Amino acid sequence: MEKYLSVAEFAQTWGLVYFVAIFLAVLVYALWPSRQAAFDQAARMPLRED
Amino acid sequence: MAQNISSGKRITLGEGGTALVFAVFALFCLVVAANAHTAAYAFHAIIFSAAGVGAVFLIFSNYARRGDALPALTIGGKPNYNYGPVKFTAIAAMIWGVAGFLVGVIAALQLAFPVINFDLPWISFGRLRPLHTSAVIFAFGGNVLIATAFYVVQRTSRARLAGYLSPWFVVLGYNLFIVIAGTGYLLGITQSKEYAEPEWYADLWLTVVWVAFLLVYLATLMRRTEPHIYVANWFYLAFIITIAVLHLGNNAAIPVSVFSPKSYIVWSGVQDAMVQWWYGHNAVGFFLTAGFLGIMYYFVPKRADRPVYSYRLSIIHFWALIFLYIWAGPHHLHYTALPDWAQTLGMTFSVMLWMPSWGGMINGLMTLSGAWDKLRTDPVLRMMVVSIAFYGMSTFEGPMMSIKSVNALSHYTDWTIGHVHSGALGWVAFVSFGALYCVIPWVYNRKGLYSLKLVNWHFWIATLGIVLYITAMWVSGILQGLMWRAYTSLGFLEYSFIETVEAMHPFYVIRALGGVLFLLGSLIMAWNIYKTITATEAASPAGEAALAPAE
Repeated sequence: MEKYLSVAEFAQTWGLVYFVAIFLAVLVYALWPSRQAAFDQAARMPLRED
Repeated sequence: MAQNISSGKRITLGEGGTALVFAVFALFCLVVAANAHTAAYAFHAIIFSAAGVGAVFLIFSNYARRGDALPALTIGGKPNYNYGPVKFTAIAAMIWGVAGFLVGVIAALQLAFPVINFDLPWISFGRLRPLHTSAVIFAFGGNVLIATAFYVVQRTSRARLAGYLSPWFVVLGYNLFIVIAGTGYLLGITQSKEYAEPEWYADLWLTVVWVAFLLVYLATLMRRTEPHIYVANWFYLAFIITIAVLHLGNNAAIPVSVFSPKSYIVWSGVQDAMVQWWYGHNAVGFFLTAGFLGIMYYFVPKRADRPVYSYRLSIIHFWALIFLYIWAGPHHLHYTALPDWAQTLGMTFSVMLWMPSWGGMINGLMTLSGAWDKLRTDPVLRMMVVSIAFYGMSTFEGPMMSIKSVNALSHYTDWTIGHVHSGALGWVAFVSFGALYCVIPWVYNRKGLYSLKLVNWHFWIATLGIVLYITAMWVSGILQGLMWRAYTSLGFLEYSFIETVEAMHPFYVIRALGGVLFLLGSLIMAWNIYKTITATEAASPAGEAALAPAE
């Protein structure tokens, strides 16, 4: 039971920190201003034909 | 003799090796069939053995027919796309779809009129129900996903599908799994895990097929001539990888014997329940959502001829969706022996899923900005747009139902069935129909569909069917839930179980009618697809590598 509690507590606290950090990293990547041109290109990928 | 040598046609290591493996496999399955504990298992071993022999035959007959060299990766500087496996799975999806909807209609009628069980074990509701769910999710949906994944990964990578035999192993092997699973249910072989009913041997087979699927997909991506991996491919990859992990986790079972279909799961008690719904809800999240979002992100922009509304949003959509979905499973186990904190966690993550789901819906819908007029003239695009609207609706309803106090009313009632079908019919099936209506003329090099008018009929008949279905199930489910919790003034339960069943009968009939309409729509589609494929006029001269839609 003690082991369960400590594992559960670790998951419930550090898991949260981990996810928030990763999500922030994704936001930074997706919203970084200089990537606008590359993303505009990518958005048109299905439309380009060979 | 000298000419024979100079012709240079040699059997490749892949062809010879694969044939050898299948020959040994066929022999092994014969031994299993001879020693099988049950007749049903012997039947399955014989199917596997026949499939092994069939594979050897196909490899050699293909070798006899093919040219000296394997197909080129490019022709005249353009990718030499491999559409064979796409065609096969697209047609298989159509056939399995009609079959799955038909079984659904029969199961719905059995609920309304139990006499239709005919007292035959093989077609009793208990066996037809998993046959229906597996046929529509894995046979119809799975083939649509493989067809579109193999199409999209080639087109957005501008590269030919990796492998020569392996893509065919994936598509044929996957459909063999479907046959084994489906016949198994009818014969009474099941491990009784929802959406994971097939027993250990079918699971092992699917594992091999799925790993091959992943490798073909990854190898094609590695061949890409485009620097950026298009977002649809991320969704497809998340779908393939996560389903592999879920499948392994939820099917960790030890067979009684290699000669018996029976196995025992290694998880016990509430852990087993938790693993099952970790699997079950992520089958929804990654099979029925991520994979079909891959379809949305390719086919909607393509059909509307508009770029993705916000590529940034698509990235945030992707990561938020996959990080949140994986934790939502415990909401299937509210008010059970599962620890309370795990139930709350499942509920919280389900509610948070509102954000990425609606972000994705907005991204899909807004892709039409500047092209909304096309909805009037193009019923295929309309089908896909309505599917996105249903995606928004069912991903609003789902988180709401995962809230514990709402779940107290909705759980174990028909409301759940209504919710599932607004997602399955409205979102998954409609976006699949839209994708098939697009991809079949493209890979068969046709100018367009045989008849857009028939697509229009399909759209309206199926939409009416969905509306009948989900409204009937809402009324029936909430009625059922309220009757279960009604007490008399003396504190006794007011209704017996059978009284609730009686009250639901009219809605069961309406639901079956909705199903009949949906089936009718799919038959119209099958006819339209058949006429499209057998049409003689081609969109561009035969032999041209790039098969683009008329634009």
